[in-house]
Amino acid sequence: MSSFYFLCQQTMIFFVPLMIVALGELFSERSGVLNIALEGIMVFGGFWGILFVSKFQASMPVWLCLAAAIVISMAMGMLLSLLHAFASINLKADQTISSTALNTFSTAFCIFFARVVQEVEQVSFKNTFRIDKIPLLGDIPVIGPMLFQNAYITTYLGVAILLVSSYVLYKTRFGLRLRSCGENPQAADSVGIDVYRMRYTGVLLSGALGGLGGLVYIIPSTTMFNSTVAGYGFLALTVLVFGQWKPSRIFFAALFFGLTKTIAAAYSGIPFLLGLGIPDTIYKMLPYIATLLVLTITSSRSPGPAAAGVPYDKGAR
Amino acid sequence: MKRLHGPVPRRNYTGLLASLVAIVIGLLLGFLVLALCNPPQAANGIKTLMLGGFTGGMKGLGNVLYYATPIIMTGLGVGLAFQTSLFNIGGPGQFIVGAVCSLFVAIRFNLPGPLGWIVPLLAGMLGGALWALLPGLLRAHLGVNIVIATIMMNYIGMYLANHIVKQAIYDPLKGQSQVVPAGHTLPYAGMDKLFPGSMANIGFLIAVVMAVIVYIVLNKTTFGFELKACGKNRDASRYAGINEKRNIVLSMMISGALIGLGGALMYLSSAGKYIKPVDVLAAEGFNGIPVALLASNHPVGIIFTAVFIAYMQVSGFYMQTYRFSPEIVNIIISVIIYFSAFALVIRNAVRSFQLRSAPQGKPAAKGGKKV
Repeated sequence: MSSFYFLCQQTMIFFVPLMIVALGELFSERSGVLNIALEGIMVFGGFWGILFVSKFQASMPVWLCLAAAIVISMAMGMLLSLLHAFASINLKADQTISSTALNTFSTAFCIFFARVVQEVEQVSFKNTFRIDKIPLLGDIPVIGPMLFQNAYITTYLGVAILLVSSYVLYKTRFGLRLRSCGENPQAADSVGIDVYRMRYTGVLLSGALGGLGGLVYIIPSTTMFNSTVAGYGFLALTVLVFGQWKPSRIFFAALFFGLTKTIAAAYSGIPFLLGLGIPDTIYKMLPYIATLLVLTITSSRSPGPAAAGVPYDKGAR
Repeated sequence: MKRLHGPVPRRNYTGLLASLVAIVIGLLLGFLVLALCNPPQAANGIKTLMLGGFTGGMKGLGNVLYYATPIIMTGLGVGLAFQTSLFNIGGPGQFIVGAVCSLFVAIRFNLPGPLGWIVPLLAGMLGGALWALLPGLLRAHLGVNIVIATIMMNYIGMYLANHIVKQAIYDPLKGQSQVVPAGHTLPYAGMDKLFPGSMANIGFLIAVVMAVIVYIVLNKTTFGFELKACGKNRDASRYAGINEKRNIVLSMMISGALIGLGGALMYLSSAGKYIKPVDVLAAEGFNGIPVALLASNHPVGIIFTAVFIAYMQVSGFYMQTYRFSPEIVNIIISVIIYFSAFALVIRNAVRSFQLRSAPQGKPAAKGGKKV
């Protein structure tokens, strides 16, 4: 049983950042802007958050430090995404190009900056954010150890973001307007919706959630941040497509990926899987092969927002 | 629209101009960063950044060409797929699978004479092509998003490559792939005479030939036209009788073959490059994307862009002498790419200027090669 609980706890660590970042990208693409700079945004947002933690965690209470780091990560993620928004919305630049530029920039800048301020490129910090057991909830049999032990507060933040995003996107006026800009911006404009503003909002939300996702990914996975998030930004993109641009399915897609990833990382600790004698490499490939398989089955049914990736030109016919 | 306004040249230099403007802005910003973060060494830093590639004279230049080789190949691959509107982000996977295939053949098969390095190169191309085949098929026949499919293949390819390295061509003492036996490495083809002491070999020449071939295929053959037509408008192509599914698959395979060849050329040199089986995607595979974008996917443009980026990387290496992190080069490159995304704005500005000036009987602009 303990290995089952361990599996659940590990899955949460893998899947929450993926889900948060994919939800961010959901807002961006629903508004009509393709943002493949997620990798860069995660690194950039996470970098500033972790740098803050590294410098100030000794001098403030844990919760305050985490809260401040979250705010900083989100703000810096937004700052970077602002560059993408400006290029792709105002200047109608190719969205792939500007995202690629930001991905390159972000890692290079973070390493460069880290070297300038602290000589080494790794930002080290102490992981004081893990909660052994949440009072009351952690004592519930079965569910307690599954969801409320060895956990991070950011996990629950991720779930909250999922619920809020789903509500905002489908139950509010803003959500409807945002989606309309990603489907048919001309029509949206004709009924008085400010397409530029909606798209800015979408991209900035992806920046905020991307930065947050970066921080959420880094905290449990390392204590020596090396300005990389190991391709999680691109994986989040996959989760979005896999989740067919819908919040609830993104949740399941991220969960699926997180679970397979956990099995890949932790199979040697599970006697049953270890007993099968399958080589290490196959386990490591498993999440990616599985995703590819699921995509082949599901992809033809869902094309995604019609106008995503197309710059909005008021005068176009 | 444009015909109404009189003669507007279809070919002009605005694309090149836009790239040059972007490069100047990138360099200036780089200087600014250097000046801000370490004022006393800034002058030396800037000097090294501009001239670092020439350190050691012809030797330095030869090394630049050596480093440019895989960048040209990945750029060509990504650029070709872009022409068919396919964003092949699977460079890391195709690159490393190609590299491992060629190393495997070079180390395990003892082929005689020039076959000793030619066959491994072909194996590299085959490996890369196979690795791009599956995403191509999935895209063409099942409508799977090509970006996602190639990203997944990157990871699968990386783990597979590491597995093969560990099982078949491993040097456990050094924790990396075995040394390619002499005679199976790439010949120098006179490059060692031209650039004495450098790592340059026939690889650069092969890359240049490949770029020319890609240019000819894309611009002078029916097949190339079909590839581009599928990129421009898939439905119209199908209506015109082009088998668009076949073209998608072929475009991906050629793209993968070019990138795989890049991996082969990089690791078959005698310059001491080895594959370390660590779980990190091959960065060289991603380098193709900015190169192709900066060159607007033009095969010959890609040669120059790749040499430029390689030059900057070599300069960045020497900047460590003044305690500058070589990452400054990537910062500059990213700024250049970002501003080259504004090319459209610059191009439109130039065009509207031409439109305004053309009707007054002025010659609109000099014609010339589109770059």
